Amino acid sequence: MLSKASSPYFGHNSFMFPDPLTDLASNDTTILVLGIGNILWADEGFGVRVVECLARDYVWPASVRLMDGGTQGLFLLPYLENLAGLIIVDAIDFGLPPATIHEVHGADVPATIGARKMSLHQTGFQEVLALLDLRGCSPRRLSLVGVQPVTLDDYGGGLTPAVAALVEKVGLRVLDLLRQDYGLDIAPVELGQQLPGLMAEAVTQAAYESGRPDAETACRHGDERLLARLKDAS
Amino acid sequence: MTVQTPNGFTLDNSGRRIVVDPLTRIEGHMRCEVNVDADNVIRNAVSTGTMWRGLEVILKGRDPRDAWAFVERICGVCTGCHALASVRAVEDALDIRIPYNAFLIRQIMAKVLAWHDHVVHFYHLHALDWVNPVNALKADPRATSALQQSISPNHPLSSPGYFRDVQNRLKKFVESGQLGIFKNGYWDSAAYLLPPEADLMAVTHYLEALDFQKEIVKIHTIFGGKNPHPNYLVGGVPCAINMEGDMAAGAPLNMERLNFVKQKIDEAFEFSKNVYVPDVIAIGSFYKNWLYGGGLSATNVLDYGDYPTSQDDKSSDRLPGGVILDGKWEEILPVDPRNPEEVQEFVTHSWYTYGGGREDIGLHPWDGVTDSHFELGAGTKGTRTNIEEIDENAKYSWVKSPRWRGNACEVGPLSRYILAYAKNVPYVKAQVDDALDQFNHLAGTSLTARQALPTTIGRTLARALEAHYCAQMMVDDYDALIANIRNGDLATANVAKWDPATWPKEAKGVGLVAAPRGGLGHWIKIRDGRIENYQCVVPSTWNSGPRDAKGNIGAFEASLLGTPMVNPEQPVEILRTLHSFDPCMACATHVMSPDGAELARVTIR
Repeated sequence: MLSKASSPYFGHNSFMFPDPLTDLASNDTTILVLGIGNILWADEGFGVRVVECLARDYVWPASVRLMDGGTQGLFLLPYLENLAGLIIVDAIDFGLPPATIHEVHGADVPATIGARKMSLHQTGFQEVLALLDLRGCSPRRLSLVGVQPVTLDDYGGGLTPAVAALVEKVGLRVLDLLRQDYGLDIAPVELGQQLPGLMAEAVTQAAYESGRPDAETACRHGDERLLARLKDAS
Repeated sequence: MTVQTPNGFTLDNSGRRIVVDPLTRIEGHMRCEVNVDADNVIRNAVSTGTMWRGLEVILKGRDPRDAWAFVERICGVCTGCHALASVRAVEDALDIRIPYNAFLIRQIMAKVLAWHDHVVHFYHLHALDWVNPVNALKADPRATSALQQSISPNHPLSSPGYFRDVQNRLKKFVESGQLGIFKNGYWDSAAYLLPPEADLMAVTHYLEALDFQKEIVKIHTIFGGKNPHPNYLVGGVPCAINMEGDMAAGAPLNMERLNFVKQKIDEAFEFSKNVYVPDVIAIGSFYKNWLYGGGLSATNVLDYGDYPTSQDDKSSDRLPGGVILDGKWEEILPVDPRNPEEVQEFVTHSWYTYGGGREDIGLHPWDGVTDSHFELGAGTKGTRTNIEEIDENAKYSWVKSPRWRGNACEVGPLSRYILAYAKNVPYVKAQVDDALDQFNHLAGTSLTARQALPTTIGRTLARALEAHYCAQMMVDDYDALIANIRNGDLATANVAKWDPATWPKEAKGVGLVAAPRGGLGHWIKIRDGRIENYQCVVPSTWNSGPRDAKGNIGAFEASLLGTPMVNPEQPVEILRTLHSFDPCMACATHVMSPDGAELARVTIR
């Protein structure tokens, strides 16, 4: 079966995709929920998938922006400057058992991202936070909700079952933070209500994971040498 | 042992071996090993891509109209050029002609990306190979102001007070112990030659570049519907035009939005003209005696050509393609990406296998195979999981070796500028000659283009000049877009062949882009409406790839030969030259590093 191709025209949803002419000026009253990581690398896509799920299942006020940050690093700077609040969702090596949820706040966030980098995007993102600091436009409040990944070395793969099972739970934790730190109550969508998606249809979790070629067609083994080093380190 | 390579380089691996792993301030991961002689001059170089990438295999069986959304995710910096190459490849396969508006909008988006990428590369990833931020703290802001006004009198931010403020901000940042972005340098190395006032100017412009880089990418949001990850569309662009449309956020393209685009293009033009290009010339002039790093660019360069003014006429490319071999600037050979004898990838020294005793042959991308095969040579020192010294006589990289008719070629802005200069493209000729006049004036030298371009400095200069040329071309594209819309043409997409039922049973195509790091090609084969084979030959593969079956070395390895190192334990010179290529190893290869070490481990044996 062919997966449904992305339709030729895209709706524009301004609360998710800030309008450059008008919306960026409002960063100082905005709380950004940012999922980062590479969706092509198994559990690395966790943060993006959480935000995808939140965008689909809840109705969002103008003061909260949801973003699939991918591995964009510096490209994210305009959306991160002078924010009222930033909640990052990511898969991070906290040195905990796999599929454990962990949370850090404030100054511990950059330190945590910098401490045990597993992934390219984390090097980039730690620099982005440092640059915000150097230029005096760090977010006024900063949180990181993360999960310890089970595996990252399955290129082309989706979330592992243990980590996939935490997507909704971490989403709920983000809602808790919004309530507790910002006094916001976020309501679920009405049954049958369809909101514009966060990303191109082809790379949404369902389409991406169901359209994967079988192991015969797409080899599943990665870089043995690095994988061995990863095991040595753990 | 001394070896003469068929492409004219002498390799001698008898001296001390130096291992730099990972190489910092690049996108992705790579390792570099060199041998230096008794005078610390590099006599052998081995470039290893340490990550595996398998994008080709995960696209098999997917809908070709969706491929752009996957390739956009390969890495964090090359999103748009992969998406563009992908839609071009599919349109080529299915014979889809996009509307003129879509052609122009894509042209502007590609140039925004190139401009942004070049600026970010220079200030964020490469400047620290030339500039010492710690030394900037010693500068007299008045001297910086005088320097600024002498090299770029039109830049408004040039007062001593302005530079003093930046210096104070930097001082506070450094004193707080947060050296952060500046922490991985060899700041006591004698390889840094700038006076403090030039260091302060460059650090200041680094901050200005960060302020401005976020403005220019807003154009991607307007044309691509969203950012990050702008949308692409097979058949055109995903934005409608309605000049009478309302001004609400998310509205189709209207005059207000187009005026905003023009304003950003003009600002980019001013920045590259008054800041970026003068900085590269001024910094380069302090390194006038450091004319190393040319390597392969002195003889063999390649690009497919891009930025046409006429949609259907390849000869209108404003950066023309072609191949130069053996330094013959007067003889530019045409490149045909469809010819199975021309672009081929070899895996003799790469951790892949073609199977069936075909290890030493080259495969054209339409027939490409991505089947990993990791094995180390008998001369490897260390263990399988902790390699101390790699054996370059065996397989030694996750990067393949692309060749043009068997020849190793350098790709990138420098290759495009050598081709355009050799072809006498007037804008490029004037740019290069003007830049050299200024360089020679500041440095007291009399270098010609043939002497100055094939160097590390020349590579960095060509990138700056190309950024500014992109700004100029965007102005022209914008004017053409407005004129076409005023003529009543509002079409942005051709969806006549959107339905796979209209496609042939089998089709193949190629999409080419003058990507920031060099010529990029995506080759696609479609069967029964699905992707049967997909191969990306990316610029960093051309440049960083290992040796081929005949022993020809690639651009990275060639560029390091003959370079003297001030202190092999502080490999500033290796970083400087390899960074000048703007390597994107995330695209050339792909997997995360398990360790968080940022500072390169340098091992000397």
